[in-house]
Amino acid sequence: MDAKDILGIPKTTPSLPHEKKSRPPKDSQRKPDGISREVYALTGGLAPLMPSIDVNQLKKKTQAENEKITWQWLPFTSSARKDNLQLYHWVRVVNGVPPTGDYSFAKYNKSIDVIKYTDEEYEKFLEDPAWTREETDQLFDLSARFDLRFVVIADKLPYSRTVEELKNRYYSVSRAILIARAASPADVSGHPLVKEPYNLAQETERKRALSMILSQSKHQERRDAEVYAEAKKIMEARMAAKAAQDSELIPISTGGAGDAERDNVNVDDESPSNPQFLSAPPISIAETASASASLRKLRVYLRTYGFEQMVQAASSSAGLRTIKRVEQILQDLGVNMKPKVPTKTVCEEHLELRKEILTLLNLQKQFQYKEAEGSSYREGSYPETPGTPKSFQRILDQDRTFIPDSTCFGGEHIVKRDQKRKAPGRPTDASSSPANKRPRKLKNTDE
Amino acid sequence: MKNASASAAERGEDSNNHNSKSPAKRLKDVEVSVPIVYGTISFWLGKKATETQSHKWTVYVRGATNADLGAVVKRVVFQLHPSFNNPVRAVESPPFELSECGWGEFEIAITLYFHADACDKPLTLFHHLKLYSEDEPGTQSIKKPVVVESYDEIVFPDPSENFFARVKNHPAILSYVSAPLGLHSVEEVNEAKEEETKDHPLSQWFKNFSEGDELSKLAAARQQVQGHIVKLRNQLSSMNGQLESVVIECD
Repeated sequence: MDAKDILGIPKTTPSLPHEKKSRPPKDSQRKPDGISREVYALTGGLAPLMPSIDVNQLKKKTQAENEKITWQWLPFTSSARKDNLQLYHWVRVVNGVPPTGDYSFAKYNKSIDVIKYTDEEYEKFLEDPAWTREETDQLFDLSARFDLRFVVIADKLPYSRTVEELKNRYYSVSRAILIARAASPADVSGHPLVKEPYNLAQETERKRALSMILSQSKHQERRDAEVYAEAKKIMEARMAAKAAQDSELIPISTGGAGDAERDNVNVDDESPSNPQFLSAPPISIAETASASASLRKLRVYLRTYGFEQMVQAASSSAGLRTIKRVEQILQDLGVNMKPKVPTKTVCEEHLELRKEILTLLNLQKQFQYKEAEGSSYREGSYPETPGTPKSFQRILDQDRTFIPDSTCFGGEHIVKRDQKRKAPGRPTDASSSPANKRPRKLKNTDE
Repeated sequence: MKNASASAAERGEDSNNHNSKSPAKRLKDVEVSVPIVYGTISFWLGKKATETQSHKWTVYVRGATNADLGAVVKRVVFQLHPSFNNPVRAVESPPFELSECGWGEFEIAITLYFHADACDKPLTLFHHLKLYSEDEPGTQSIKKPVVVESYDEIVFPDPSENFFARVKNHPAILSYVSAPLGLHSVEEVNEAKEEETKDHPLSQWFKNFSEGDELSKLAAARQQVQGHIVKLRNQLSSMNGQLESVVIECD
């Protein structure tokens, strides 16, 4: 019967079920006498824990002791009525004095002041090719009767005119009369009719657009939403491209110049490596420039936030593996990933350090590449290299001894990769290596 | 009607930016940086601790050298855990701190509102309130609090003229002026002077953040990396030379 029976767990103490059984009969007996059984059952069979409304909190209508209140059936008149109809209603009479004053609802009897023009005025100002005198008169008459409810007026008029046309005629006539009757144009310029005239074309267009949207099917709605999203994306992309362009123009020239200077300081026959070297930084320089431009646009930002943005920008050109290697090197050098005391100088130094590590990694890649080339020469896979493999090998061995030096930070990776890589079976000049460099680089970043 | 409201909005924007008659000029090559420290200090209440109130803690934002932040920050709003009464607490004047009693750890959102001439947008920081120390779990001392502080700097990249004039000579606020060209020659217009720590009951627990340690580590690291770069470059150039000579020989 019970889940507990099935599981074999002993039932709980018998006192509980007894309590449960005794409670319902007690409850139904305990209902108060004031309310019926069904109503009481609405509350769930139990009295509410707390009274929902505290009777003492309700406001009491104060009645002064000396006043005597009676109610009388008295006649009354209303200023809103033009006839003298007398109606009767209950009136609260205080001490035998009936209340005075107008019928309290008479103040709501408002009407619109429709302009009435004379014949003269019509001839002078209100002539319109599309409207005859009769039509205009009818329009105004109906406007007065129906309180400017143009939809009704449109129905009432015998000739078919759209609501917008009626409005247009009415407002332009009123406006013309206003201006004509005004003592000077300045007086009326504050009037809303004069300030913002009714624009028929705009209104018709607006209503048409509204009705179109209203009657759009779901399918069309979805399509519209998609188009909007795409437009937004295009706009954003355009903005981003523009911002990047603006900030790229200046820093690239200075950045490129700075790097070229540093290279020339070292050795003269660095020239083949120069073009290769310059190809790497401008990508990240553009990124950092656009990152710093977007930071400058913020009115205020935290140094740590700015730092993170710059780090992301600087490592945007590098693949995930490269970033991990940079972080590994940072760790080995004993530098915190995120500076504990991020002052301006500390952050700048850290960013410079990261850039330098990227440069170092780049150089290491080039180095291995060169080595691979060298080894391909050594294997003599083409007839053009008959001589002096020995001297080459010596140089390579010499170079190999340098690699253990660099194992002090993450060098194991370098050695492994060297063994993994196959030599390209193509003779490459130093000058054409940049061309080959690029496909290589792409491969690395894909890793 | 649309044109009228658009120009009114523009005019409103302008009047917000400047209190004086001239429109506020923003200085493009000046950067104002306010070093701050924010964090929590929490004391165990010992014998007086109850189930719901076992610790008394204070969350605060202070200048890094204990200088007054009132020149830059107008008010600070601390957003506490919803189980607190009125979890949104605003502190309108320095010292920007808030003390409470509680039993649980949670993340506090600290929103800084700046004076109008500094910035009209607020900035929010997050800090995790730590009540229990990591070492010797279980043993807590009434006298030794758990202190967690973080250092950061509020950067105003394009300060307005008024703001800059106001804080130029403030002891706790750093201003950096960069040369008009893209190259950064950073001069510190103001060095953060050692201001005598104002009497604050908790100032004995404040940590001192100095950049010297990190700077020296970074400089050493950079030197190492640069050394390796130079070595590699030399190797590469010599290899290139060899390759060229080999190719020439082969031809």
